[in-house]
Amino acid sequence: MSPRQINQAIWARPVTKIAASAALVLLMLLLPLLNISIPGVFPGPTYTPGTLQLLAYAMLIGALALSYHLLFGLAGMLSFGHALFFAAGAYGLGIVLRNFSPSWLPTGATFVVAVLITVLIGFVLAALVGSVSLRVTGISFAMVTLAFAQAGSVVVRRNPGGQTGGEEGLTLDVSHVPDALVGVLNTRNLYWLSLAVLVTVYLVVLWVEKSRAGHVVAATRENELRVRVIGIRPYFVRLLIFSIAGALAALAGAAFLLLQSGVSPRVATPDFTLTLLVIVVLGGVGLRWGAVLGAIVYTLLDQRLTALAGSEFIAGLPDPLRIPLSQPLFILGTLFILVVLFLPGGLAGLTKRSGRPHRPSSRTRERMLEVEEL
Amino acid sequence: MSTIVLLLITGLGLGALYFLVASGLSLIYGLMGVLNFAHGSFLTIGAFIGWEVALRLSDGSWWALAAAMLTGAVVGALVAAATEFFLIRRLYNRHIEQVLVTVGLALASVALFEGIWGTDPTYVTSPSWLGQTTEILGARIPNNRFMLIVVAVLVLVSIVLFLKFTRYGLIIRAGVENRLMVTALGIDVRRAFTLVFAIGGAAAGLGGVLASIYYGYVSAHIGGSLLIFAFIVTVIGGLGSLAGAAIASVLVAVLQQFANFYLGGTGDLAVVLALAAVLLLRPRGLLGAKA
Repeated sequence: MSPRQINQAIWARPVTKIAASAALVLLMLLLPLLNISIPGVFPGPTYTPGTLQLLAYAMLIGALALSYHLLFGLAGMLSFGHALFFAAGAYGLGIVLRNFSPSWLPTGATFVVAVLITVLIGFVLAALVGSVSLRVTGISFAMVTLAFAQAGSVVVRRNPGGQTGGEEGLTLDVSHVPDALVGVLNTRNLYWLSLAVLVTVYLVVLWVEKSRAGHVVAATRENELRVRVIGIRPYFVRLLIFSIAGALAALAGAAFLLLQSGVSPRVATPDFTLTLLVIVVLGGVGLRWGAVLGAIVYTLLDQRLTALAGSEFIAGLPDPLRIPLSQPLFILGTLFILVVLFLPGGLAGLTKRSGRPHRPSSRTRERMLEVEEL
Repeated sequence: MSTIVLLLITGLGLGALYFLVASGLSLIYGLMGVLNFAHGSFLTIGAFIGWEVALRLSDGSWWALAAAMLTGAVVGALVAAATEFFLIRRLYNRHIEQVLVTVGLALASVALFEGIWGTDPTYVTSPSWLGQTTEILGARIPNNRFMLIVVAVLVLVSIVLFLKFTRYGLIIRAGVENRLMVTALGIDVRRAFTLVFAIGGAAAGLGGVLASIYYGYVSAHIGGSLLIFAFIVTVIGGLGSLAGAAIASVLVAVLQQFANFYLGGTGDLAVVLALAAVLLLRPRGLLGAKA
């Protein structure tokens, strides 16, 4: 290839990428109007509420996984408390909608303001939690975020002031929600809303990654000492990324409340964050669309495996086969271990192996790490 | 006065449980830098199999209890050693991946336990003396608290003796200080890794049987809920420090008991606030070696 051709190839890539992304989004937009059946993957044709609900759920988990990608993939911060902000979004919107009804605002505007307040709550909460937990790094950071998530989970279950509904969870108060977003018949609109949330989160994540702050945290992930030597204090940049990720998770949580017309304390548990971690690693760490792919594969697998677990076929098997196969989490957990051991790039790594930037082989890396320890 | 004594001794008993989990976590982290999320599963499987054995022997006698504790410890040690050998060892020095593998193991094993033993808690019968109370300074204290404290102290003393006076203990202590140097001297540290996992697993499995006496039941989630507090304990005590873990276990559990009683059941929140305070004032923990 001549230099000119190489130049063209470099410039051609983003355009085709943008075109492909646009086509994909367009396809997703049209899906509720089409009649596509994929037996074994979707529970029914794509225009039915059941399938749309599942896809919308997968897309919101995808948006949440993208916000987690900012922390783990971009900044290299292993947080075990990200579910806290998702729960803050879901519970926050529910509580705000119930208590915030100024007479001078029309219903639609009240709803929009409530969503904005919720996202702000996510941002502020993340800034508070981050300001404490970012004082330590690495494994300690993971444990501290886990502790905060646990505290959040305890608060939600305690039902303070009758606001969170305790173990039963919180039901959406629809008096200020636009009619188009309420009811099974409007699942289509909720699907489009979820798609909009996913695209918004994707664009924000893209913007953050390409911004100066994004470059600084990526550099900090690779070598914190060098960043410090240049004269940058990583603390505040990390805190900013942590807060943005919190706000995005809250946005996904708010849409989740609308989609499910309620929320249960399950989304506040540390186990939910672990699921998120599984999704991001399954899809491929460090890649934006890997996080989305992981979320969609995980959600569909989880749904299908649960359906399989209740089937006649499984019930007829002998115990040593029946017990593991009737536990979706057992299969997903085992799959996750296998991916970590044998497929370090995740699902996205399968297709992208040749196109990825050169990374030292594991043996060289090991030696480099040994040297660094000295 | 009697309330304070009751809360103190109950706190010590709960602290003993935390210590049994946290000691293994802290040793494993200190030597290998692995944050072991599967530690709760070692505890749960120790408890389940321990009680299965106790049921087969004769329910409710001291012999059955001793057999359960021994089985729990052995099962915990075996499962932990197998985990290290088959999963952790392949990812040597890749700490994030090691954490991820233990996360996957924790998720999968809890699901498997639910499949085998069901989602409802299994109630256990222990010797009747453990269900009775003893009066100290006017406080009626459940006897099982004393047993928890005695066992935890025995475990602490034996781990310390092992580390101080045996050849393997010496290798482990040296490995925590400077692993590369130990390797350079021609000693295979990896055998010490398996050993540390086995010791931690044994303490956790023993802790599982004791936890089921403390709570009165075994469930698939018993390990996971204790594990979170054990993490907090290891961070407050200082990662890798056994003495720190012991002190922090007692402090955290006593604080939790007092806050639960005097501040309207806010024990869990008080513990997280204590963690935040320790991190703000002393990020490396009470007895942590380095930041």
